[in-house]
Amino acid sequence: MKQTISVLVENRAGVLSRIAGLFARRGFNIESLAVGPTAEAGVSCVTIVVDDRENVMEQINKQLNKLIDVIKLKEYAPEEIISRELLLIKVNANAQNRGEISELARLAGGKICDITRNSITIEYCDTPDRVENFIELCRTYGLKRVVRTGAAAIEKGTGQLQLDE
Amino acid sequence: MKVCQAMVKCLEAAGVTELFGYPGAAICPFYDALADSGIRHILVRTEQNAAHAASGYSRVSGKCGVCVATSGPGATNLISGIAAAYMDSIPMVILTGQVDSRLLGRDVFQEADITGAVEPFIKHSFLVKDEAEICRVFKEAFYLASSGRPGPVLIDVPMDVQQRETRFSWPENVQIRSYKPSTKGHTGQIRRAAEAIRNADRPILCAGGGVFSSGAQEILGEFLSKVRMPVVHTMMGIGAVPHTVPLQLGMIGVHGCRGANLAINRADLLLLAGTRIADRSVPNPALLSQKKKVIHIDIDPAEIGKNIPADIPVVGDLRLVLEQLGEELSPQCFPDWEREIHFYQNQALPSVSVPGSIDPATFLRQFFAGLKPGSIVTADVGQNQIWATRQFRVPLGRFLTSGGMGTMGYAIPAAVGAKTACPEQPVYAICGDGSFQMSLMELATICQHHIPVKILLFANNRLGMVRELQDNHYGREIAVSLDGSPDFVRLAEAYGIPAMQISKTEEFAAAFSFLKEEGSALLEIRVDPAEPTLPQELFE
Repeated sequence: MKQTISVLVENRAGVLSRIAGLFARRGFNIESLAVGPTAEAGVSCVTIVVDDRENVMEQINKQLNKLIDVIKLKEYAPEEIISRELLLIKVNANAQNRGEISELARLAGGKICDITRNSITIEYCDTPDRVENFIELCRTYGLKRVVRTGAAAIEKGTGQLQLDE
Repeated sequence: MKVCQAMVKCLEAAGVTELFGYPGAAICPFYDALADSGIRHILVRTEQNAAHAASGYSRVSGKCGVCVATSGPGATNLISGIAAAYMDSIPMVILTGQVDSRLLGRDVFQEADITGAVEPFIKHSFLVKDEAEICRVFKEAFYLASSGRPGPVLIDVPMDVQQRETRFSWPENVQIRSYKPSTKGHTGQIRRAAEAIRNADRPILCAGGGVFSSGAQEILGEFLSKVRMPVVHTMMGIGAVPHTVPLQLGMIGVHGCRGANLAINRADLLLLAGTRIADRSVPNPALLSQKKKVIHIDIDPAEIGKNIPADIPVVGDLRLVLEQLGEELSPQCFPDWEREIHFYQNQALPSVSVPGSIDPATFLRQFFAGLKPGSIVTADVGQNQIWATRQFRVPLGRFLTSGGMGTMGYAIPAAVGAKTACPEQPVYAICGDGSFQMSLMELATICQHHIPVKILLFANNRLGMVRELQDNHYGREIAVSLDGSPDFVRLAEAYGIPAMQISKTEEFAAAFSFLKEEGSALLEIRVDPAEPTLPQELFE
């Protein structure tokens, strides 16, 4: 099952390498990883999606907690969170199918951000699963390039992951 | 004040009185400032041994050992020592010089990304680029190294930063919002643990290195006299159980005592006290945990459930947890189980020595029996270590070895560190001829700094442990002969260290009286190359 971990970290040099190194050396697989600053100065949030086939969540959780720069973390089951990923996708296009592709993008809720004589670049933001589906739909036209940010996630409802006082 | 002066002031403020190191260009500003301090500097002969010495120092003094090296190769040479300290949870602060901060990342002379390199086996590290942070970083480093699950912490300071002006102000408190190790055990869990002990028929306690980390030896003794359960220990836990405790079975594990292994398997309740149940202690934890309840006390939550499933996890400082647990329980004993334990206590592996040559076990048994209470013994890695772990029985004594990492060459520098910390205690380093040759350069350190360490060198002209492994599993020997080794007696004498060689049992008495003389000494004990650690029948 895919699990999502939100990790609040001190925004210091090396913190990402510490997290990545921990996953690598202990053999935990990262599905995706997204990082960015939070509303709190000096604190970043790392969203990690893990494929937990070997029931390693407990160890991942505990080992991450041991990193001094990790302030707090929480793991979420898929139904507990709202998860979004940004996709930038460049597909082959020509005068004949340009309309069809743009219609597809519009229907799916994507946005066209660049058009050339033989390509269209679409920006698409949705859950990782739907991003996956959209890529499959585009594959028909031939993919030039696919760039994904990895999922960012936030808990449903009023709950929040906050720093302790 | 310059940063380098502030670094020295920080060490003084942290209570540092000795440090082990090796200078070089990038750490010269610090060394220059050190000249004006009362801190004693012990110049080792290679940086790895500075870390091992700091480890030995930490383990016997309870203070945080400190080592220093320069940038690049100086720093990378420390790595094995840092990794060994990390595996064994030894508090240590490591200072390294770094190239000028404006040159970082350009691969300049003697530049190495040491904070990056040690990342997998260090508790935390700092690269200080802002001179205003130096005091806070030092304060945090000592706090992190010594608190929670102890471990090494590295501070890397670029040379230009060391020369900048700053203001010295030693912080009174540490505020690290992401680091709050728990100390007391959760009362609910303590109650559950107590309940399980009350209901057990065959409980056993396994003491690990955590007993030393938390200073729990005494409280462990009290606990075991109140709740009279048998006790075993791991290699890191040698000496952790006070010698006055009656139901002791010795060390568990691949190289442990037969009785200890039998008893721990037979128990219906296993109380793990500051041990992570490493693979050499328990090769098959799933098998061990079958048909028994496991209570696991550890300060590091990540160790609980990692190697062995725990029914009752208790996160906390062992000393406090044992205190809590003791209060929760009334005096209790397990008479039937005790009778069974007496049987296990008499289970010994058959003697395996090669006839006609020195039996290392007999030698060590007699040697340890003659030691003063509180003596400190360090052991290297290999056959010498295994022989020693099985025989070590010294009241209040300490036995220091590289448990988790198994780093050869540990014994002599660790002995240097231990003797520096406890000049009143006799310190003995047990080596093989392989491991001795990995740190023999420290004979010079011993002489230069007048650190009288006695070295017991078991020489069989082999890497004996590997030889045994090859014989038992591969059927032939390769690359284990130590032909070309020097005459160790003359080598020691070349350093001005009195030395003696024995090859017969009749020479034991002379050897023991030789070791009683003042000052450093080297005793070479010739051992038959075929001498094993384990009975051959185990492999047949």
